[in-house]
Amino acid sequence: MRIELEKRPDVSRLFSILSPFIALLLTLVCGAVMFMMLGKNPVAALYGFFVEPLMEVWSLHELAVKAAPLILIAVGLSVCYRSNNWNIGAEGQFIMGAIAGSILPVMFHEWNSPFVLPLMMLFGMLGGALFAGIPAFLKAHLNTNEILTSLMLVYVAQLFLDWLVRGPWRNPGGLNFPETRTFEASAILPEMIASGRTHWGFGFAILAAILIWFMMRYTLKGFEITVLGQSERAGRFAGFSSRKMIWFSMLLSGALAGLAGISEVSGAMQQLRPVISPGYGFTAIIVAFLGRLNPLGIVVAGLVLALTYLGGEAVQVSLEISDKVTRVFQGLLLFFVLSCDTLIHYRIRLVASKLAGSATAAATTDGAR
Amino acid sequence: MGIFEAILLTVITAATPVVIAALGELVTERSGVLNLGVEGMMVMGAACAFVATQVTGSPYIGILAGIASGALFSLLFGFLTLSLVANQVATGLAMTILGLGVSGMIGEAYVGQPGIKLPQIVFPLLADIPVLGRLLFQQDLIFYLSIALVVGVQWFLFRSRAGLKLRSVGDSHSSAHALGINVIRTRYLAVMFGGACAGLAGAQLSLVYTPQWVENMTAGRGWIALALVVFASWRPWRLVAGGYLFGAVSISQLHAQAFGIGIPSQFLSALPYLATIAVLILISHNRRTTLINTPAALGKPFVPDR
Amino acid sequence: MKKLLLALATTAAVIGFSAAASAADKAKVCFIYVGSKTDGGWTQAHDIGRLELEKSLGDKIETQFLENVPEGPDAERAIERLARSGCGLIFTTSFGFMDATVKIASKFPDVKFEHATGYKTAPNLATYNSRFYEGRYIQGQIAAKISEKGVAGYIASFPIPEVVMGINAFVTGARSVNPDFKIKVVWANTWFDPGKEADAAKALIDQGVDVLTQHTDTTAPMQVAAERGIKAFGQASDMIKAGPETQLTAIVDTWGAYYIKRTQAFLDGKWETMSSWDGLKDGILTMAPYTNMPDDVKAMAEATQAKIESGELKPFTGPLNKQDGSEWLKAGESSDDATLLGMNFYVEGVDDKLPQ
Repeated sequence: MRIELEKRPDVSRLFSILSPFIALLLTLVCGAVMFMMLGKNPVAALYGFFVEPLMEVWSLHELAVKAAPLILIAVGLSVCYRSNNWNIGAEGQFIMGAIAGSILPVMFHEWNSPFVLPLMMLFGMLGGALFAGIPAFLKAHLNTNEILTSLMLVYVAQLFLDWLVRGPWRNPGGLNFPETRTFEASAILPEMIASGRTHWGFGFAILAAILIWFMMRYTLKGFEITVLGQSERAGRFAGFSSRKMIWFSMLLSGALAGLAGISEVSGAMQQLRPVISPGYGFTAIIVAFLGRLNPLGIVVAGLVLALTYLGGEAVQVSLEISDKVTRVFQGLLLFFVLSCDTLIHYRIRLVASKLAGSATAAATTDGAR
Repeated sequence: MGIFEAILLTVITAATPVVIAALGELVTERSGVLNLGVEGMMVMGAACAFVATQVTGSPYIGILAGIASGALFSLLFGFLTLSLVANQVATGLAMTILGLGVSGMIGEAYVGQPGIKLPQIVFPLLADIPVLGRLLFQQDLIFYLSIALVVGVQWFLFRSRAGLKLRSVGDSHSSAHALGINVIRTRYLAVMFGGACAGLAGAQLSLVYTPQWVENMTAGRGWIALALVVFASWRPWRLVAGGYLFGAVSISQLHAQAFGIGIPSQFLSALPYLATIAVLILISHNRRTTLINTPAALGKPFVPDR
Repeated sequence: MKKLLLALATTAAVIGFSAAASAADKAKVCFIYVGSKTDGGWTQAHDIGRLELEKSLGDKIETQFLENVPEGPDAERAIERLARSGCGLIFTTSFGFMDATVKIASKFPDVKFEHATGYKTAPNLATYNSRFYEGRYIQGQIAAKISEKGVAGYIASFPIPEVVMGINAFVTGARSVNPDFKIKVVWANTWFDPGKEADAAKALIDQGVDVLTQHTDTTAPMQVAAERGIKAFGQASDMIKAGPETQLTAIVDTWGAYYIKRTQAFLDGKWETMSSWDGLKDGILTMAPYTNMPDDVKAMAEATQAKIESGELKPFTGPLNKQDGSEWLKAGESSDDATLLGMNFYVEGVDDKLPQ
């Protein structure tokens, strides 16, 4: 018996709405079985994962704080991936954005003015964009594979930050511990709503998602991105330059990752440390695909993934479910969502016996769905 | 044993797991599939190899368990990306998350137990050759396997019929399909080979490199393996050279420190990555050679038309 | 299936109230861990402390913990979760949790907080630390006796005061026995990467050191030392299993004593903020049995330990020079704690340039 896929003539509207729910249902069932095997009450565990974090105001704020960098980075990456540029170094761009944005509050901390924050955000975007510019340049002009260079540069960025906070930028009043001085009030991204910690980084994320969604859907640029992503040749006939697209998409995603970095540092940490990201740049890649590379879908995906982190902690406290189980659970959720999305483009049928290989031309779907 | 020899020995031990995992990924990518989950499969291999060794007392059974767990785990990736055409990049990253979680659960009861080190196999006579004898003929089974794998993969890809088929699948799955090659089956096998190699690499970590199990003990080596494949522009020999070069740079960094050379260690630690980028720029400068080696269908899903 | 239905039925009523119900009469003491509780090193030592606490005061308290909590905003959320879930006393067990602990402590004035290895306090926030360097001094003395070449290898993690202090104590101890003793330092730039720690150990041994000590968390260096037939010291926990014929002794973090003491004070309503820096005499660190060494060396180590415990011997006591030969402490003068806590210079005899 084997599985056979048949491409639908059109994208299934029904399944594009239904598939996330099917995936969620499968995750719930699988999760319940797993929790039961571990001797935990499955209902309480699932409640803890998906409902409890949503029941309290502070927890909702935390959700937004956790989701903000994921969404912001993933939105930028979606443009890259749609145009077939495989930037997987957002983690490095996030860090370099945070560093560039921190130049003012660390080196010129006496300067308190309303201009500080906007300049910090600008520097953050520039820092991220410039750092993404390295793989962009190497790909566009020296033909170097961007997957590798952007990934390698992540390590370089991490080590650079490490050197900075242990060396030149170390807090002079901090007993030689590796961290910078705490930012002055004028350099701290304010909270959006008085009731909790959600800072403007979340606002930026939503704004970016809407703007990119608009760009992709209604502007010529969006069309250009889609065409070049599907076929470089077709793009060339239409007069689009794939080299310019490399620059555009990489700089854009770098800038958004950089903005995420400085927002996170300014809004949530108020200082630089040797490690400022628990892998947001990589998790955001998953978020981008969970959101099907659609900026609005990414907002939802970012919130759902953030929820599993919060839920994981909730059940660790209330039910002593280890964080390894949480990671397995997250993995399951991702697998089910990814596989259920197949239903949108394909009909699935189980074939009892093997058919003779037909020699008709093969159908190839676009690389990025 | 001279210090030069000693450094080379350390380099070999450090480079072997990365080279093995990268070789597997190379075959996978040659068939047109990009599996970013190497780190996850590797850490699974490390956990299963260690647990099996502790339970049975035989590191050789451990090796088998490592290989089997990597291959089985990669089947999950294959099912999603090949049978259900899910996106390969996202699925690979999800594999890493899942692998870290599952391996943590499998190994939880075995943390801190002293492991059993894979014994050396000494080739009589050959082992007496100065320097080379110690480096190449007094090693463990996994090292010898890694050499065999390099030769085998090189031969398979460029000298065998099946290898030719695999590469044609990676270059253009539509044409390969039209020629009657079973694209999906070929890719499944390539993915499983990649998983098996990653599992073996993990076994090397928990049985040879540091005979113990701790959570997340791969510490990013799977990612380096991925980088190495591209660095080597999908050529086994270049991959070996790159892997040992990378190992040499990281190890000499530690020696430089012990000699008391006062350069910030962060810069020394960044060297291997910068070196990789530099070499990559050099070899990819020539557009034609890169295009010849790069599997054209890499990362693109394939659905046979009925 | 039956099991599932049963679970469904019993849960419906319990959801959401389970925490509140059980905590009605027992006080809750909670812990935040930066690593996995089975990491074999830093975090495991804290978790062993937590289990001792449960064993000792289990009838009056219950404990909870969150593991693998990244430093930064995630820590803030994790600590707040514990504070909200009814924890009365919260231990945050990594330096990187400092500012998060400060923020949450100001938000929850009724909850008591204790932060390990930091320096910021508040009316409801105390700090605690361990004088690990006392153990390092003893190790240095043993190394100087054992080593034939007069050179020890030191695998360091990150150049923070804590680690620098350890290196200096080790050298000071060693030089009190052999004034020409030298050490070689390799910075692994990680707390936790068995492979890299093993590589660092091999590099040091290949360069001729014949005794090894580590300030990283895994047993990998101990295994390498065992394989190469030299002696070594364990870190954070007793690593004798990794090197039965290799380990001379180990600095074992025994936080349990402190956790019990502070929890008892909390239960008695006598908890007060303080900056505590306990040492060997308080039992916050203990030396693993002195093994694999001649009896006279063992006797010396035990004597030194007794002197440190009685307060007769302070490891950092002059005459001591800095690395460049300039005077740090005059004869008979002992270092103050503030200098130690911010230590960023080497003493004479360290063959390394301190990363700045």
